[in-house]
Amino acid sequence: MPELATEVERLSLVIEIGGMPVRVNTTDAAFLTMLQDRYAGFVGSSDCAEIEFDVDLARSSFVDPDADVRVSHRLGRWSMERGDFRAEWEPSSRTGWIRQSANPYSIDAVLRIVHTLVLARQGGFLLHSASAIRNGKAFLFAGVSTAGKTTISRLAPPDATLLTDEISYVRKQDSGYVAFGTPFTGELAKLGENVSAPVAALYLLAKGSENRIDPIPPGEAARSLLANLLFFAEDEELVQSIFHSAFEFVSRVPVSRLTFVPDARVWELIG
Amino acid sequence: MSRLYVARNPRVAARSLDGEMMIMSGRDSTLFTLNKTATILWQAADGATPLEEIVERRICPEFEVEPAEALQDAEILARELASHEILQISEEPIPQTNSPAGEAR
Repeated sequence: MPELATEVERLSLVIEIGGMPVRVNTTDAAFLTMLQDRYAGFVGSSDCAEIEFDVDLARSSFVDPDADVRVSHRLGRWSMERGDFRAEWEPSSRTGWIRQSANPYSIDAVLRIVHTLVLARQGGFLLHSASAIRNGKAFLFAGVSTAGKTTISRLAPPDATLLTDEISYVRKQDSGYVAFGTPFTGELAKLGENVSAPVAALYLLAKGSENRIDPIPPGEAARSLLANLLFFAEDEELVQSIFHSAFEFVSRVPVSRLTFVPDARVWELIG
Repeated sequence: MSRLYVARNPRVAARSLDGEMMIMSGRDSTLFTLNKTATILWQAADGATPLEEIVERRICPEFEVEPAEALQDAEILARELASHEILQISEEPIPQTNSPAGEAR
């Protein structure tokens, strides 16, 4: 006698960014393929993911992906919401769900949010900055959208390994900080390399008529870092954590202003 | 005229760096950098010392101003900081359960 119900096959993918494996479960093979392409280089093989999301694909897309993100915490669960997705995550069970249409942008936003929440408790953060490894050391280049993150990334010499041209992943380790590559891209639309290195410096980008590095006062360094951090949660405890993380960072990592002309010679100052 | 008491709001994060006092609202992540007077007021705001006494002992010697004038300015400043939920103000002493995160660092 034939089965009355057909079991739906569950497909999985582990996306490992910053050394944190996140398993994504779906029943849609085309969506899985899309994610494999989107996160190429960041697809892990870990059997024990730190977080597991079931993705429920809605037939029609939600409206307004430019709507503000809302992230709130209640009764041990994080709720995340934007015009194009809804999601929940329960840290104690390490599980959650995402409801979205079959697009790569919504899940990308969820991953960014979840990583900021996890990092905030560990003294790390996501930063609006390009980053690259040179001579075994990572350098961060922070600034607003027109500051030159894409330009400095494009000018990187062959011996520099690009970690990201848009969002840097910074984890606190031992007495210092380590930057990891991310698949979070900016205008360059090129995924970073999935490698890491100790952070040697943070440069605040400014375009000018010459290439030079200037020291900046600690207060300005902390303010600039805070202004460039990615953080979405309406949660007092985590806001306080991220605030103190910024001060810890500027007390351990040199922060300078990097003024540059759009010219590859700027990299002679770095590394 | 009633006495006014001021206390640091324990729901904000605060750090002093190179002489600059920076405070972040835990509610909406707004960052404030306090000027010298506001920093003195913040540091002295223990909930138990009347504002008048803070002005006399901490602000007047620093800025060489008349106590009455300084108190008036300090009240305006305290109310402004309270409007941003940086300070708490009351006509009664304010029990301090814990200081803002990071204040002691």
